[in-house]
Amino acid sequence: MRPVIQVSGVRKTYGKTVAVDEVSFEVNEGEIFGLIGPNGAGKTTTMECIEGLRTPDQGTISVLGLDPFRHVYKLQDRIGVQLQQAQLQKRIKVWEAVDLWASLYQKKAIDGEHLLEQLGLADKRGAWFMNLSGGQKQRLFIALALINDPEVVFLDELTTGLDPQSRRAIWDLVRGIRARGKTVFLTTHLMEEAERLCDRVAIIEHGRIIDIDRPEQLVDRHCPERTVILATDDPIAEDRFRAIPGVEAVILTDLRFTIRGRGDDLVTELIRCLSENRIRVTDFRTILPNLEDVFLKLTGHSIRE
Amino acid sequence: MMRGLWKLTWIEIKIFLREPLGAFGTIGFPVLVFLLLGRVAGRRLAPPPLAASSFILVTLPVLASVLIAVSAVLSLVTIISIYREGGILKRLRATPLRPHTILTAHVIVKLILTAATLAVMVLAGKRYYPVDVHAPLFSFMLALLISTWSILSIGFLIASIVPTARFAQPIGAIILYPMIAVSGLFVRVDSLPPVLHAVARVLPLSYAVALLQGIWNGDAWSSHVGDVAALAVLFAVCTALATRVFRWE
Repeated sequence: MRPVIQVSGVRKTYGKTVAVDEVSFEVNEGEIFGLIGPNGAGKTTTMECIEGLRTPDQGTISVLGLDPFRHVYKLQDRIGVQLQQAQLQKRIKVWEAVDLWASLYQKKAIDGEHLLEQLGLADKRGAWFMNLSGGQKQRLFIALALINDPEVVFLDELTTGLDPQSRRAIWDLVRGIRARGKTVFLTTHLMEEAERLCDRVAIIEHGRIIDIDRPEQLVDRHCPERTVILATDDPIAEDRFRAIPGVEAVILTDLRFTIRGRGDDLVTELIRCLSENRIRVTDFRTILPNLEDVFLKLTGHSIRE
Repeated sequence: MMRGLWKLTWIEIKIFLREPLGAFGTIGFPVLVFLLLGRVAGRRLAPPPLAASSFILVTLPVLASVLIAVSAVLSLVTIISIYREGGILKRLRATPLRPHTILTAHVIVKLILTAATLAVMVLAGKRYYPVDVHAPLFSFMLALLISTWSILSIGFLIASIVPTARFAQPIGAIILYPMIAVSGLFVRVDSLPPVLHAVARVLPLSYAVALLQGIWNGDAWSSHVGDVAALAVLFAVCTALATRVFRWE
């Protein structure tokens, strides 16, 4: 796979504050790559350096083979950008914004009306920007980011402030962008979003990248713990569970066992133990760690703090 | 590259006219005040004594023009700072659109609105002012456009420095209105006290007023080369400064 974004050793400071330090990663063609971390971790700064809106103090960036600083207009022609907390003119109409954006690119723009239809904005084409809902505004910004049929799409905190339903609808749209062969680079502080949407993620905190990989690999690597919760009134159960290799803790509360251990084999071993000992269970649940737990493990605090 | 300039200009004009009071505040209100003043002064002073007639014939049209120009500048300052605060400038910048194209579009919008206001005023004023027959309207319009263009560059400089949109209008007014006071509109620059006279010589509005009054009175352009040059220098300096200190967000 060909890398379309290469970032190497990027550092950016604002006065004495170091926003981004020694950040390096690559984004491959056709993938959804997520930069995840809490607010203020350096996600937006990193993204805006790649988009050519900011100049890094150190390091090199290449997007589609272009230097975002020196070839900013050439680059803007080939990428699509959605900025965090952007606004448009209050009284610009939806179709006017799409029409204006379509006129700005050298390449022939894609059909704006069709795009509005795809994004569910066709009946809002004559509405003023200020009268759109949060979800409609975000969809319009996605339309503007796609109007030039870009090779790479940048989405910064795309679903922040949206209700769960709009959020899911927008995730489907982003998957649709990937399905058309585009590369998507996004930032989010929502771990669920990263887990469901991204092919690969980079975890960033205090301006530094802590780890990069596929979400499930990150979970396997950093959080191998497995937890099983089951209910049984069999008196021999507790001793049998403790004897299973890999089990680290067995906690009993109200006939309900919480069994902690590590490794993918834990669940299999537990099921084998139940069947060999003919232990009758009335409930059985496994709890798998997720990116949220990975973040907690790597940084020592939750992403929301 | 001017790609998108006309579309952006046209959209900005439409947006401006959609503002509550947009069209009325910019075009209707100045014309209304102008007509009322003309009516009141015209009735009271008929037949006009010399001093009064010079007020109606010369000062009032020029005063009205300068006020229109200044209000255009203030509105530019406000719009730019609102656009910056709302992230609109930044969003426009994340396209192949060149920064100067965005700024040029706003200048053109203001020039067009200034010209439109003036045109409406001239047409409406025909009933009350018999003078426009003699005044070189085309030259005057040109002089006003040059003046406005030049004063707009001060607006840019102000827009580059004001911290937030809330301060844009007052700061702009504080800078511009004293300039009007000593511009020679009310008291001739020559008859100002020496200190103010020196100040007026430095401030750009006095050149704009001298140019406008001269052209209105039928002077040849050749006798105002100095004024035009001063306005051109002002434009060059302010634009150069503004592009250095301009903040997009």
